[in-house]
Amino acid sequence: MEWLYAERWSPYAVGIGIGLLSCFAFLLSDKPIGCSTAFTRTSGMIERFFRGSKVNEKPYYKLFPPVIDWEWMLVLGIFIGAFISARLSGQFKLLWVPDMWSQAFGHTPVARTITAFAGGILVGLGSRWAGGCTSGHGISGSLQLAFSGWLAVACFFVGGIITAFLIY
Amino acid sequence: MLQKIRSNNGLQLFLGLITGICFGFLLQKGGVTNYDVILGQLLLTDFIVLKVMLSAVIMGMILVHALRSMGLATLHPKPGSLGATAIGGLIFGVGFAVLGYCPGIIAGAVGQGWLDVLVGGLIGIMAGAGIFAHLYPGLQRGLLQKGDFGDLTIPRFLKVNPWAVVIPVAIMLILFLYWLELMGL
Repeated sequence: MEWLYAERWSPYAVGIGIGLLSCFAFLLSDKPIGCSTAFTRTSGMIERFFRGSKVNEKPYYKLFPPVIDWEWMLVLGIFIGAFISARLSGQFKLLWVPDMWSQAFGHTPVARTITAFAGGILVGLGSRWAGGCTSGHGISGSLQLAFSGWLAVACFFVGGIITAFLIY
Repeated sequence: MLQKIRSNNGLQLFLGLITGICFGFLLQKGGVTNYDVILGQLLLTDFIVLKVMLSAVIMGMILVHALRSMGLATLHPKPGSLGATAIGGLIFGVGFAVLGYCPGIIAGAVGQGWLDVLVGGLIGIMAGAGIFAHLYPGLQRGLLQKGDFGDLTIPRFLKVNPWAVVIPVAIMLILFLYWLELMGL
């Protein structure tokens, strides 16, 4: 069982595992794996907490009601699974600033956290605008040979690569 | 049997959780719950992210199409348009590089202990999703409809049997991964 404690697995082993998970999701749940609608639903739940049930009437929340569903549980599971994996390999650490960031921009948590917040807004906005994220479009869309999946993943990487080169 | 499993709501929530735990475990073991690995991919110095994604696509594509051929699975390709998929995809890409994570991986990054993500990124994603929900009625009448292509798939576009696309795409992706290894990337 030593492999459970390893710090890293081969990316191919990880990819094959994710492919198998996709297959089980189609078989047992009739669903492609995706993540970004969970954030829409949570955002709706938070807004409903402050503004009341009229939030349910927003057209977008009629499409994606602010309730806990399969995909919401999936995202919760990712958090738990990554925590277990990191604990087993001794990689779990509470950290604020990634190495690469601190070498270029210093190690103050405030700048990194504000940047993460700004990037998060674009990720949340862009993933719902595009109708999916790296999981829903990038993996599930591509493996179904969906036109939307291949186009989205190309745009994700074009936007991401240009921006990364501008930052570093 | 399958219908019973698929329509049992409580069981589905449990299956979602189990699938997620396995997914998160794999993502963390792959190293992709780290900012440095994601940025390394976007700066084209480290190809772990593509290796994980493409091997998942190869494996999943073959298995899911096999299930479909056996009548055990239905495909659910997402509809799209240039205004939605391409523009949204570019906005996402910019955010992907600035944040250093995507929506699935961000949950794993928090599980691994990244506080910048917990305090900044996670709140940002939910704010961004909320902003989209607010903008949706206006966008839906205009930009999101531009260049609509529906839930088109490549086999349907080419008017061929899906396997006539699955096999060549799988071979091409395997050759591409092999080439990455040859180049030492």
